[in-house]
Amino acid sequence: MPAPSLLHALSYAFVQHAIFAGVLAAILCGVIGPFVVVKRLAFIGGGISHAAFGGLGLCFFLGWNPIWGAIGVSLLFAILLGLVDTEKVRSQDALIGVLWAAGVAAGIVFIAKTPGYAPNLMTYLFGNILLVTKADVWITFALSAVVLATVALFYKGLVAVAFDEVFARVQGAPVRFLRTLLLVLMALVVVILIQVVGIILVIALLTIPPVIALMLCRDLKWVILTSIGLGVAMTLAGLGLSYEADLPSGPVIILLGTAVLLAVYAARRTWKKGGLEIRGPGERA
Amino acid sequence: MVDVETPLIEVRNVSFGYGADLVLEGINLAIYPRDYLAILGPNGGGKTTLIKLLLGLLTPRSGEIVDRLPDRPGKLGYVPQFSTFDRSFPLRVLEVVRMGRISRRGLLGPYNRDDQRAAEAMLERLHLADLAGRPIRELSGGQMQRVLIARALVSEPAILFLDEPTASIDAESRETLRTLLLELNEKIPIVVVTHDPTSIAAAVRHVACVNRGLHYHHELTNEALEEAYGCPVELLGHGVPHRVLHSH
Repeated sequence: MPAPSLLHALSYAFVQHAIFAGVLAAILCGVIGPFVVVKRLAFIGGGISHAAFGGLGLCFFLGWNPIWGAIGVSLLFAILLGLVDTEKVRSQDALIGVLWAAGVAAGIVFIAKTPGYAPNLMTYLFGNILLVTKADVWITFALSAVVLATVALFYKGLVAVAFDEVFARVQGAPVRFLRTLLLVLMALVVVILIQVVGIILVIALLTIPPVIALMLCRDLKWVILTSIGLGVAMTLAGLGLSYEADLPSGPVIILLGTAVLLAVYAARRTWKKGGLEIRGPGERA
Repeated sequence: MVDVETPLIEVRNVSFGYGADLVLEGINLAIYPRDYLAILGPNGGGKTTLIKLLLGLLTPRSGEIVDRLPDRPGKLGYVPQFSTFDRSFPLRVLEVVRMGRISRRGLLGPYNRDDQRAAEAMLERLHLADLAGRPIRELSGGQMQRVLIARALVSEPAILFLDEPTASIDAESRETLRTLLLELNEKIPIVVVTHDPTSIAAAVRHVACVNRGLHYHHELTNEALEEAYGCPVELLGHGVPHRVLHSH
């Protein structure tokens, strides 16, 4: 039986849920992603998303909505890391690695012990946006509102901490609070992203749009707006493509984004002799 | 009138270490309202640790730091090394300078008109007004340095700390920086941390050499300066006697 046409598919509730969750996720990525990239939090993001799997598994085992487990564990993770002294970078790095693996291990054990139908691990690891329920959509919507409002309220402090934490501290800004807040916001975004692209691919959606935007824009506000636009385009196009080609949505979204990233990179190298403009923190111009 | 006889900051017998070993031991240092002090020393000698203690980023393991600066946010002006932040960060000059006002505002909400004006006025004063809208990644080393100084000054600090200010700028910018710091020193004390004092030394009034202990040169004569340059190296080799500053 041939799949219904793309337009016809749009009339299904589950497709609408998928699109709604995907667009919200992309907007959130656009807002938080630039902070993740410039502040080099990608590894922490990976740790949070994998640790969240433990929470997902626990809730599955208990017969609750897994999203609550993911929210609980990722918030714990973020707060814990926010409170670790930044001076002790090595211990933080190791801590992320431990929590990353322990979360996945716990999740697998819980799911293995869940009586009755064992859910397909692949669903969580690579996401299946078409399984997003109406309840998930509401939770996603509420989380998005919280994240966006918080970023708007604390924007000044978050930028100051992202750019120069030591200066902000000397000035008397509550740096530890702001750093933890940024991690908490990232944790909430990660939970939303897990539904769309899955645990393993969260990092890509969180970093690809801002990395492209950072190549194109010189102003943080434009980086954020461009990231949102790119994220939404990537998600929608990826969803459509995955539907047409009968492929899993998460990987299609990510591969599409990676292709755009490479194209922009190549175009910049061709048109501008200076080459790629993205530089890591501390690297000289 | 400023009371120039009472130290603004007094470091009393301070020791600090990260692990079992001490990085700084028995440090005594007084900073007076008109001081222009250079803190010299070899890498790993504890200069950075000392400035972190002075900035309140670290707490002494023993001893105390008495601070008679006016108790208000933004009292400490700080110009960091370039390596401590991301020069390709997508921010414009005015936005960076405005960050110096962060302690004036509450945690919530944006900067206001006053912050904007203060930042603009500071750019004007440091002859950076033309660069206000320029992304910082497009600045030269000297321009970036002045932007950081503008950011430090916009909070109207009672003292200015500069960490290796000449490391990433060319000779011409060094001259501009020297003039600027001398001018600022008419109002507030200045503390410069550097491993290479040659470019800034002509303006410096006192020199403190840090290598676990601290050796203070009260007057900056040619001889003292010469000694100061040699000091870190000689100290490493358990060197020459220095005048060690005790409390004034």
